[in-house]
Amino acid sequence: MSEINVLQPGFYTSIQDLGRKEFMHYGVPVSGAMDNFSAKKANLLVNNQENAAVLEITMTGPTLDFQTQTEIAICGAQFEVYLNNSLISNSRLYTIPPKSILKFGALQKGFRAYLAVHGGFQTRQVLGSRSFYSEITEKVRLQKGDQLPINVVNINNSATNSRVSFEDKQLWSQEIPVYKGPEYDFLPSELKEQLSRFSFTLTPASNRMAIPFQELMPNNLKGIVTAPVLPGTIQLTPSGILIALMRDCQITGGYPRIFQISEPGICRLSQKKPGESVCFRLIELPR
Amino acid sequence: MNVHPQINRFGEQAILLQWDFKITPENLFWLLGIKEFIAVELFKSKVYIINTYNSLLINYDESIEYIYDDLLSLQRIDFQNIKPSIYTSKLYKIPVCYDLDFGLDLEELALEKKRSVSEIIYLHTAPVYTLYFMGFLPGFLYLGGMDESLKMSRKKEPRKSVLKGAVGIAENQTGIYPKSSPAGWQIIGNSPINLFDLNSEKPNIFNAGDRIQFYEISKEEHAVIREKSIQNKFNLRAETNV
Repeated sequence: MSEINVLQPGFYTSIQDLGRKEFMHYGVPVSGAMDNFSAKKANLLVNNQENAAVLEITMTGPTLDFQTQTEIAICGAQFEVYLNNSLISNSRLYTIPPKSILKFGALQKGFRAYLAVHGGFQTRQVLGSRSFYSEITEKVRLQKGDQLPINVVNINNSATNSRVSFEDKQLWSQEIPVYKGPEYDFLPSELKEQLSRFSFTLTPASNRMAIPFQELMPNNLKGIVTAPVLPGTIQLTPSGILIALMRDCQITGGYPRIFQISEPGICRLSQKKPGESVCFRLIELPR
Repeated sequence: MNVHPQINRFGEQAILLQWDFKITPENLFWLLGIKEFIAVELFKSKVYIINTYNSLLINYDESIEYIYDDLLSLQRIDFQNIKPSIYTSKLYKIPVCYDLDFGLDLEELALEKKRSVSEIIYLHTAPVYTLYFMGFLPGFLYLGGMDESLKMSRKKEPRKSVLKGAVGIAENQTGIYPKSSPAGWQIIGNSPINLFDLNSEKPNIFNAGDRIQFYEISKEEHAVIREKSIQNKFNLRAETNV
């Protein structure tokens, strides 16, 4: 085992894998990478299992000090990233020499980047997952001085130029594909029409639990008896606020569930900054 | 009552079953019977099923491979003839300190209900509550069976934070905050026990269908139990067959 030292943590950097669905019946949120498409892609590039733990980097990135040789890949949001002062790019495999500094600079595109290391980050697994969550894992986000355990790997001339041609143009789209939620049919038709036509702006209160939107949708919908909700469920509150529940959301809720965002849609929404806007496109689930 | 639920996909990785039945302990055990039937009889692939008051959510690890087959199998269930769960409920007696230092809204509630604080405490400790499910926060118990006369709407302005163990009332529900949290419920006391503890072998000891009763403790007893809970030396009293 070796370590990566966290010299600067960045705004909100956390360890994430694909989460812990197994403990929802205890009221434990699923968690996991917000844009798990990009997390899986980064893992694929370094030849990991898709569920390996990666770093989720939000808005401003960390500065990391690698003690040992390893391989990395960065996917999702595009930052200016420097490996020992030379610029590196997203979506390709890099070999990191021992005693290297990886520094994230300005954010250029998107909102969340994923850094995978060979073998995955080896922080403690709690309830079947390494995903950070308050009072489940020891930490909620990285702090200066943290040491992240990783495996020591022998890299003998691996294909350092390998790229994965995962199509991710869609990731930057403004259009969020959604399915009808359980209470969709209770919406009056003019509200349905407005929801399909309007753009909705992410508010600064957005986080890993939920993204509330700015535009209000006045309504007379009744609340529901507390019922299951999922990451990607869009609730409409009595005060007219649309709230997209994200990966760290609670497992039950009492507001009408009007949409369920598709998995690719959750990934797209995770790449939007507060202040940016999206539109919802209703699609059908085959059944 | 319609025994056959609405069965719908809920996103790519889940199926939701919804009923419109009344929230009663009898219906809960029937719902749990269906949950067990589906888990044991229907699914070879790994699914995680959760229940709420009148829904079952079947969660898959990934996208559902044989969605048509699974939906068809669910549609074909003879719900009418599913036996209620034979789970043997445990009765847990949970200590609560109703001292005014903890019961921030207790006096206001008493005033509103035109009763004394001790009558409120009596009304809260008398019933045997049914645990329907856990949600909201890890270890948060959704309990049914509160005395109707304690019904109270949520705070107009939610508190930014309440203590771990805060006991609250909202509408016809009562519950305990398993950790410090923002809270909109009327706070009437505090329980010193751990509802969700990652340091114990089983982080959560409760199951849907269990019974809960509260008993009053003093501030001194609260401090003693709190200390024992921190050291994992406090065991909740559980009785079976209730």
